[in-house]
Amino acid sequence: MRRVSKITTACLATAALAFTATACGASSTDTAETDSEKLKIGMAYDVGGRGDNSFNDSAARGLDKAKADLGAETKELTAKHGETPADREARLSSLAEGGYNPVIAVGFAYKDTIDEIAPKYPKVSFGLVDSVADAKNVDSIVFTEEQGSYLAGVAAALKSKDGKIGFIGGVDLPLIKKFAAGFEQGVMDTDPKASVKIQYLTTGTDLSGFGSPDKGKAAAQGMLDKGIDVIYTAAGGSGAGAIQAVAAEKGTWAIGVDSDQAKDPALSKYAASIMTSVVKNVDTGVYELAKSVKDKKPLTGTHTYSLAEDGVSLTTTGDHLKDIQSKLDEVKKKIVDGEIKVKTTT
Amino acid sequence: MKKFDKERVLLGIAAPLLAIVVAFLVTALVLLATGKEPFNAFAIMFDYGSKSDSQVYILNKATTYYLAGLAVAVGFRMNLFNIGVDGQYRLAAFFAAALGGALTLPGPVQIPLIILCAMIVGAMWAGIAGLLKVTRGVSEVVSTIMLNAIATAIIGYLLQEGRLGHLDTAGTKVSTKPIPESSHFFEFPTTPSPVWGFIVVAIIAGIAYWFTLSRTRFGFDLRTVGQSGSAAEASGVNVKRMVVTSMLISGAMAGLVGMPTLLNDSYEYSGDFPVGIGFTGIAIALLGRNHPIGIALGAILWAFLERGSGQLEFQGYDKEIVGVIQGVIVLCVVIAYEVVRRYGLKRQQRQVGAKLAAQARNSDKQEVSA
Repeated sequence: MRRVSKITTACLATAALAFTATACGASSTDTAETDSEKLKIGMAYDVGGRGDNSFNDSAARGLDKAKADLGAETKELTAKHGETPADREARLSSLAEGGYNPVIAVGFAYKDTIDEIAPKYPKVSFGLVDSVADAKNVDSIVFTEEQGSYLAGVAAALKSKDGKIGFIGGVDLPLIKKFAAGFEQGVMDTDPKASVKIQYLTTGTDLSGFGSPDKGKAAAQGMLDKGIDVIYTAAGGSGAGAIQAVAAEKGTWAIGVDSDQAKDPALSKYAASIMTSVVKNVDTGVYELAKSVKDKKPLTGTHTYSLAEDGVSLTTTGDHLKDIQSKLDEVKKKIVDGEIKVKTTT
Repeated sequence: MKKFDKERVLLGIAAPLLAIVVAFLVTALVLLATGKEPFNAFAIMFDYGSKSDSQVYILNKATTYYLAGLAVAVGFRMNLFNIGVDGQYRLAAFFAAALGGALTLPGPVQIPLIILCAMIVGAMWAGIAGLLKVTRGVSEVVSTIMLNAIATAIIGYLLQEGRLGHLDTAGTKVSTKPIPESSHFFEFPTTPSPVWGFIVVAIIAGIAYWFTLSRTRFGFDLRTVGQSGSAAEASGVNVKRMVVTSMLISGAMAGLVGMPTLLNDSYEYSGDFPVGIGFTGIAIALLGRNHPIGIALGAILWAFLERGSGQLEFQGYDKEIVGVIQGVIVLCVVIAYEVVRRYGLKRQQRQVGAKLAAQARNSDKQEVSA
């Protein structure tokens, strides 16, 4: 019995100590915000970070441009696999505390965190890419991925020999489904006899589909074996594998995503097989927010970067689209004018 | 007898302490190799980690890790390697979140219901591995790893719009329906941010773990089976039943792992619900030597290191360095335990030998004098 009470007291003492400890001591957020004239941009990337040759890199380009043109000082932090909302909060508040303004969060995973953190730093402008925040001092930067994908679908339908077309998505997230929906609609509107096979590499919370070139390659190979000759891959880092598989098969086309993948140092050797890339100009959104903060007129609210203002576009590296450019321009005009409404869900 | 206990405690503490010191030394070498000044990095971590908001973060994070460590430790004590804690807690949290979002009962009814749901789901999922082991002889290591993958697939299937998921307004995030405010778990109103009330549940779980294992017949049986299945069988313990029961308990404990995050932080299960805590739990159970207080210290250390990693990155260090520290600690712990265990064994043998020799000398003398 004596030992029981000993251990119980030990437990209680530990708990009590823990609680008293939390009540005392300085907080790491006690430092005052500095108001310097120099533009300081804080970036919080999604998993993968700078160097993913896709989504995060697109944001990084905007940051580099701001650094060069606006003379900004920058700080870049990157998300880890399997982190909790508390980790994201710590990341954003350390940037805000460090005097960085604007603080830009790349990826929809930051939405709840921004809503939590932004009201605590009313003087700081926040940016949120790919989602819409509720807080007032946030510039929500969203894209009409479905419109760019629609155009890619039109191009795919025109270029395919027998109308067998494939779509590879990284993970079956709503965001990726937007790509799939627009693409499928673009194909079917152009060639009603065509067929689009949609395949996702992983499902739900397993985000490895965004970073597994081997899975991308296997999926693309499977499609090629079934006679599919145009494959659009929206799967982050996995896309490299798909492009590689397509390049090995003569007379087939790959369509890249987010950045111009034909210009990617690792993929440029396959440029002859990359028909085009559906570019999401995250850099424009990032740069415009940085500039607006510099000009003391920070952007807030939702900014949709659509086809109309080249927020999403098709690249023409390699001139593979030359023969169908007029048709694409025509379709683009119809989308911009609202004549064609592009779906966001499959 | 009491003195002997003290030495054992000392030996027990020596191993993890040795491991941590060696781990920091190795990390310092790694930092030096990358051309960075190591002691400054440690100073940053300690300085930042002891700030009041860091303390809150550490306690909150440790709550989750502690439960994960306990869930793994239950299996370890029984010589069962439950790698499936990861899948168990995710599946449990997912169904608990779905249930919590669907109901609007008063908090005092709904919160226990959500927790109970999580524990049952976790137990069932682990129970599959337990049943497979006793009926078909499938190693729990293999089955639990596979069940992790299946859990991922099930969640992926159900977390879709029109099933158990719902889409946010921006159309980019799919999650379960948020749990109503009345069912949020209480918090300690510490400044600057609150400490999650779930820490109380974690402490209760720790006490229950300690009491069950060291103060009940069941716990005795469990430890006996862990040390020698055949010996336990011979003394009348139903080993098969023990395997299933301890898997169920381990799974129920795993079900609690997701609860601090769900009921105190995210209030919903979405694609970004933390993954991989089950594996962290293995490291923490090892670090804490399956002892309830040891696991608590391990969990706090782990949370402290993670807190420091963000700040290191901010200060221009590679944040991967914390991953190196954590990895090296686990490796060192395993080695240090073995070293200390062998030393302890040798020491014991020497002591017993000395005692026997003394006895022999005494009896010799007696014979001579007789």
